[in-house]
Amino acid sequence: MPRDDVPLDQATFDRVLAEELAKGTDRRVAEGRARSAAVRAHRAANPDAHAEAAPAPAAGTAPAAAAAAPAAAPAAKPAPAPPAVAAGVAVAAPLTVPQREAPLPTGNLPTPKKGAPDKHRLLAIVPPEGIMRVEREQGDRVHTWPHLLIEEFIAALIVFAGLVVFSTFINAPLREVANPNLTPNPSKAPWYFLGLQELLRYFHPMIAGITIPTFILVGLAAVPYVDRNPSVKPGDRKVAITLFTILFMFGSVLTIIGSFFRGPGYNWVWPWAQGVFFEL
Amino acid sequence: MAKIKLPSPGELGDRVRDSEVWKSIFRPGSIFRKGYKDTSRDRALATMNNVLYHLHPTKVKRHGLKLTYTFCLGGISFFLFIVLTVTGIFLMFFYRPMADVGGAQAFTDMQNIRTSVFFGDLVRNIHRWGAHLMVLSVTLHMGRVFYTGAYKPPREFNWVVGVILLFLTLGLSFTGYLLPWDQLAIWAVTVGTNLAAYSPFIAKQANFLLLGGAVVSPDTLLRWYVLHVLALPFVLVLFLAVHFWRIRKDGGISGPL
Repeated sequence: MPRDDVPLDQATFDRVLAEELAKGTDRRVAEGRARSAAVRAHRAANPDAHAEAAPAPAAGTAPAAAAAAPAAAPAAKPAPAPPAVAAGVAVAAPLTVPQREAPLPTGNLPTPKKGAPDKHRLLAIVPPEGIMRVEREQGDRVHTWPHLLIEEFIAALIVFAGLVVFSTFINAPLREVANPNLTPNPSKAPWYFLGLQELLRYFHPMIAGITIPTFILVGLAAVPYVDRNPSVKPGDRKVAITLFTILFMFGSVLTIIGSFFRGPGYNWVWPWAQGVFFEL
Repeated sequence: MAKIKLPSPGELGDRVRDSEVWKSIFRPGSIFRKGYKDTSRDRALATMNNVLYHLHPTKVKRHGLKLTYTFCLGGISFFLFIVLTVTGIFLMFFYRPMADVGGAQAFTDMQNIRTSVFFGDLVRNIHRWGAHLMVLSVTLHMGRVFYTGAYKPPREFNWVVGVILLFLTLGLSFTGYLLPWDQLAIWAVTVGTNLAAYSPFIAKQANFLLLGGAVVSPDTLLRWYVLHVLALPFVLVLFLAVHFWRIRKDGGISGPL
């Protein structure tokens, strides 16, 4: 049964809708609340009509059941209907069914009744005014398979192919065996620490080696809690983007200097003049 | 003599794909299952009825497919981690983290990997270059996430997990750097760990914890080997799981700019 067919009290609907809209509620939500109030108002005003109309929602949800109980249901007297319709009456018009009390708990596991079927089905009927249409913003979405997965697969293939080709032609370095008594000149850390090593030229080791890296790591982790600007538009994030870019460039420049512009004794060299003192 | 009619390759394929074994492996909706139709329903099932459902929802935002939005950096980082795990396991068969005074077994093993092991040199090269590439891709991934504002609510915590993953990646790369036990390895690690000697209050303890002694020694090699092949990957996988789970729970990829 379409929800539009549920009788409702138009005056209540208009009043509640106006109230909700005045409160600034979203129109869709406001309409739902107004409808709910109007249906309840209509039922309160016409209890008899409601009891008669009750089987209708069940029939609407299960057309087959309605067909099983055809015109045999005159308005005054609900016919012996299939279970689905009976349940509909029970839920929608609880006053017509005698109250049943559950037996007191015995503490024992209940034993199944003889001849009871192994499976049972539950049927619940939700009164139409209880349904609030919830719509999630779907946006513009595409299927993961094939669109995203194929893209990821191609990306992985390209990376792997590049890696294999590169590894075929360029060997990873392997120098002579480690000798603790022979310090190579220059001694450099792995490239991703060369920015820190470069900082060592300018600051006390405790500053360059402990304070600054700790500050960077903790600062990075704190970024989302410090930057409370909700916008993701670059135009709204000029400060954040500028700061991050400066930090990123700062790290990159230091790393490049440490990698290519430092030679024997960790002194300044021009890579095109004195050569590159850098190994991966 | 009765002629035995052999099934054609097509029929054979159909029979295999119709078998109970095949159907038990590939759930309904799998693209490898018989009767896969390129419909909206089967496309959704192909993701949903698949272990991939842990990583991806059935539908993703269209703008996320644009290469210039993610540059696929997170996926590439994960892929490189898998490549490094596979090549690393291969290398473990031929490597002993021993470097006693009499002879540096670790270094000898490295030489053997390069010269005697079938494909050993290639696999080692892939492992080493892939490791450098992973440090790079993880760093760039962080940059991408920053510039697209993808750390904003509700994704704050996932950014923190990402920073931890970056730290673990650096740790994995650095511990692996020592294992060849050549001049490059031992001195790069000496330079890197010298900094720990400047930590406030716990300088000696930090240094000893890292090196298993006062200087880089065979004890350091064993310690870093265990960290490199077992401890750090284990921790990294735990955080990866959280990272991926949070991506899905936080609503997938962040919104368009």
